Amino acid sequence: MIAYIVRRLILALLTIWAISVVTFVIIQLPPGDFVDAYIVQLSASGSVVRFEEAQALRQLYGLDQPVWVQYGKWIIRVVQGDFGASMEWNRPVTEVIGDRLWMTIVISFAAIIITWGIALPIGIYSAVRQYSFADYIFTFVGFVGIAVPNFLLALIIMYFGFKLFDLNIGGLFSSDYQLAPWSWGKVWDLMKHLPLPAVILALAGTAQLIRIMRANLLDELRRPYVTTARARGLVEWRAVMKYPVRAALNPFASTIGYLLPFVVSGSIVISLVLSLPTVGPLLLRALLAQDMFLAGTIVLLLGILTVIGTFISDLILMWIDPRIRAGMHE
Amino acid sequence: MSGAVADQAVPLVTAAEEKIAIASQLQLTWWRLRRHRLAVASGVLVILFYLVAVFADFLAITSPHATNSARSYIPPQTIHWFDEDGSFKPHVYALKGRRDMRTFKLVYAPDPSDKRYLAWFVEGYGYELFGLIATKRHLLGIDRGVPEDALFLLGTDQLGRDVWSRLMLATRTSLTIGLVGVALSLFLGVLLGGISGLYGGAIDTVIQRIIEVLRSIPTIPLWMGLAAALPNDWSVIQVYMAITVIISLIGWTELARVVRGRFLALREEDFVTAAELAGASRLRIIFRHMVPSFMSHIIAAISLALPAMIISETTLSFLGLGLRPPAISWGVLLQDAQDIQALALAPWLLVVAVPVIVVILAFNFLGDGLRDAADPYG
Amino acid sequence: MVEPILSVRDLVTYFRPEEGVVRAVDGASFDLHAGRTLGIVGESGCGKSVTARSILRIVERPGRVEGGEILLRRADGRVVDLAKLDDKSQEMRNIRGGAIGYIFQEPMSSLSAFHTVGNQIIEAIRLHRKLTAKEARERAIELLQLVGIPQPQQRVDSYSFELSGGLRQRVMIALALAAEPGILIADEPTTALDVTTQAQILELIRRLQAERHLAVILITHDMGVIAEMADSVAVMYLGKIVESGPVDAIFHAPRHPYTQALLRSIPSVLAAPRSRLATIAGSIPHPYARPPGCPYYPRCHSFMAGVCDKSTPPVNRIDAAHEVRCFLYGAATETAA
Repeated sequence: MIAYIVRRLILALLTIWAISVVTFVIIQLPPGDFVDAYIVQLSASGSVVRFEEAQALRQLYGLDQPVWVQYGKWIIRVVQGDFGASMEWNRPVTEVIGDRLWMTIVISFAAIIITWGIALPIGIYSAVRQYSFADYIFTFVGFVGIAVPNFLLALIIMYFGFKLFDLNIGGLFSSDYQLAPWSWGKVWDLMKHLPLPAVILALAGTAQLIRIMRANLLDELRRPYVTTARARGLVEWRAVMKYPVRAALNPFASTIGYLLPFVVSGSIVISLVLSLPTVGPLLLRALLAQDMFLAGTIVLLLGILTVIGTFISDLILMWIDPRIRAGMHE
Repeated sequence: MSGAVADQAVPLVTAAEEKIAIASQLQLTWWRLRRHRLAVASGVLVILFYLVAVFADFLAITSPHATNSARSYIPPQTIHWFDEDGSFKPHVYALKGRRDMRTFKLVYAPDPSDKRYLAWFVEGYGYELFGLIATKRHLLGIDRGVPEDALFLLGTDQLGRDVWSRLMLATRTSLTIGLVGVALSLFLGVLLGGISGLYGGAIDTVIQRIIEVLRSIPTIPLWMGLAAALPNDWSVIQVYMAITVIISLIGWTELARVVRGRFLALREEDFVTAAELAGASRLRIIFRHMVPSFMSHIIAAISLALPAMIISETTLSFLGLGLRPPAISWGVLLQDAQDIQALALAPWLLVVAVPVIVVILAFNFLGDGLRDAADPYG
Repeated sequence: MVEPILSVRDLVTYFRPEEGVVRAVDGASFDLHAGRTLGIVGESGCGKSVTARSILRIVERPGRVEGGEILLRRADGRVVDLAKLDDKSQEMRNIRGGAIGYIFQEPMSSLSAFHTVGNQIIEAIRLHRKLTAKEARERAIELLQLVGIPQPQQRVDSYSFELSGGLRQRVMIALALAAEPGILIADEPTTALDVTTQAQILELIRRLQAERHLAVILITHDMGVIAEMADSVAVMYLGKIVESGPVDAIFHAPRHPYTQALLRSIPSVLAAPRSRLATIAGSIPHPYARPPGCPYYPRCHSFMAGVCDKSTPPVNRIDAAHEVRCFLYGAATETAA
């Protein structure tokens, strides 16, 4: 069991390291270094940067050194919590990101809860009543859910919201609370705005999880232990819920490993369509403006959060599976 | 004390069973797939879409790049099927544009006295069929007069470009980018998955860990980061290739997983052991025995990977980080429909969503049917 | 003669998948008496497991009990026809586990891997007996002790995958006996076990039977197990009972050609070295392509053309307890010969 945790932890750290390398590559990729971009930006606003000044800046960020040294310097600063400054906003990156990271987490978390909340009962129903009318309907809706990219769904819903109800669906706060400091009122306002984007975000994942749950449960329902449970006089629904559903729950729970990256990715895109105050629009803007420290930091933080989320879900999974606890499987 | 009754059943071999017994894996898959009606219908649909991709220019009516500020945001035209005398003569009415003096928007009024008859195989803008044959023929157009002026089946965009024609060319781009991307992913997937499954041990572990790491990274921000780094002065083709590479860099993991799984399963199969015992060389076993037996799995995996590629391209282009104008793809077209003001003004721009959804659905149904057919017990 | 505790009459259980009809059980009849063991023997796919599951009404879809009677005499003397009960009814559920316990073939897959064995036994106890959780747990430990599991206080909290095959099967037996049923159905209880463990499990069943005066239905394809355990035997072939009678009569004076062939296929230590083991010619026909007339005629060495392939043979009585379903022993013989 300890070995299992250690292995998961090593894998998580490895993933974080890989993400940091990719992030660094992204920061480095645009032609010219960050000081060039800075100079261009400053001269656009009328001020001139002297050559010595530029050199000093380069030295400060270690841009005159080999790439791996630069990576080392950068990663050390990152570990200390210094993610660099946003050129476009002229403020530390962390300040620019601010609440938006939390909003991303909130909306992703809500989407996952909704995904599970919908997929679990429907998946069970579809398996127990295989080939029933409702099963066909759910399967079809599920396919549509997979087929419609969520930004398109957001777009379509937004259009019809506007057209039919004259509603501007978008944002996470009403205008009164947009800039207000946090209060219970603001939290309640958030709660009211959260469901729609969360449901849109959840739909594609829900469709997949329904199929996973249905397939797993169909497998389990054929197992002899279900017949055993019936043979000792258990009511049918209890025989199904206690045993095969419990067994099918494990592979179902382990889907969070890919659900999480998927939902985080999706949140970026639908935030743009629905103009939600997550890191999504900020990332797009930073990338288009080549504000690389800001963009890189967002990619890095999103990646790390995803890995942490997956790691926690792994621990929960281990806790609920007696076979892993007993050290049977990996 | 044991006296078990002989358990093995020796089935009587009928002619039909004989045929099944000697059929290749691919043939078996095909037979099973044929029974799956939805999958077959989806397959036909996918083929139709690729025909559109091949004949995109032929199907287009006006040049997809021709802008004309005088015909901005023309709504889709209504086709009138019958003439006044009741004869079947499809036609549209010519449009008279006029600027609304309060809103300053162009409004269009059809002029019933000025009929434009539809005709087959009319001359239009020049293009090269299959990239080889220079021609000006298009499937559909207006009988006489200037064709650019009056046939907009799906309306026009802000710059006055014909949405129908743009949709045809976008279909070509989006469907082929999927193909190229899948080809790249397939190469990486089969190579790494094959190595992983064939050799096992430490190599397998390393490759599996790489896959796990890649899968746990949220892809969209990563793609966005990489795509944004593409130089602005790259040509359409360069960007197209770069985007394809970026998308397939992460898309190969699923294919690698399938290939590895099949290799691992097949290594234990009796026919592989039999071939080994018969003294067949390793390469012969792989290519003569193993690969044919999982071709159908790969085909199924591809048809499920393609829609994912298409969604990726569409999403990236939609965000303005993928293909950029003057390239035309579904994502580029959807970019025009991004904000609510544009949609309120020209809701027909959202029509692009239809082929996107239909193609992806069709691919999913086809892939699902193929997977079932390839592996009825899996 | 003593009234049987369970009497099955002309039981018919068909599976109706889309492709056709499988007549898994097609008119089976037998009696079971308290304290006695009835062995049901036959090749794989002959319908013996489906017969057992039909009694508990736990045949899986698309299978269904379509006819016949399953008369169970309850402890209060009432006789209930299980074939007529709704398979979801409260009474049927009380009978499952409460009146009839069932041991399955695969102890590993027949127990949940996500619940401790104690959890499953306690559940079975509390379904049928009004006990507190604590009392039920005590009872579960007693049961584990009864079936010969060492350290039952600890084992009660084990998972099935932590136990050996033999212990798992003992847990299955404890589970089947949790609510003290009068009838025990053992469906190939030793098939998945090694030979030594097999003997131990059979010994355990025999001991429990003696202690609790259980009526046992033992389902097996193993004539050796039958010889060792059964008081009476029913030989099944393609959903029909082709011969039934006391174990001595079946072994020493088998009448049906199929029974005779089965007995010949038992390897014997007395046989000449290097002699071939006798097998039954041909194989069980495909379930959709059941032959007309006597289902065994394509493999039968006493096949009479024009008789066996024309009509179903009737049940012919050899003596009070010995019955055989074959034209060789009835009036039809003379006309055909």
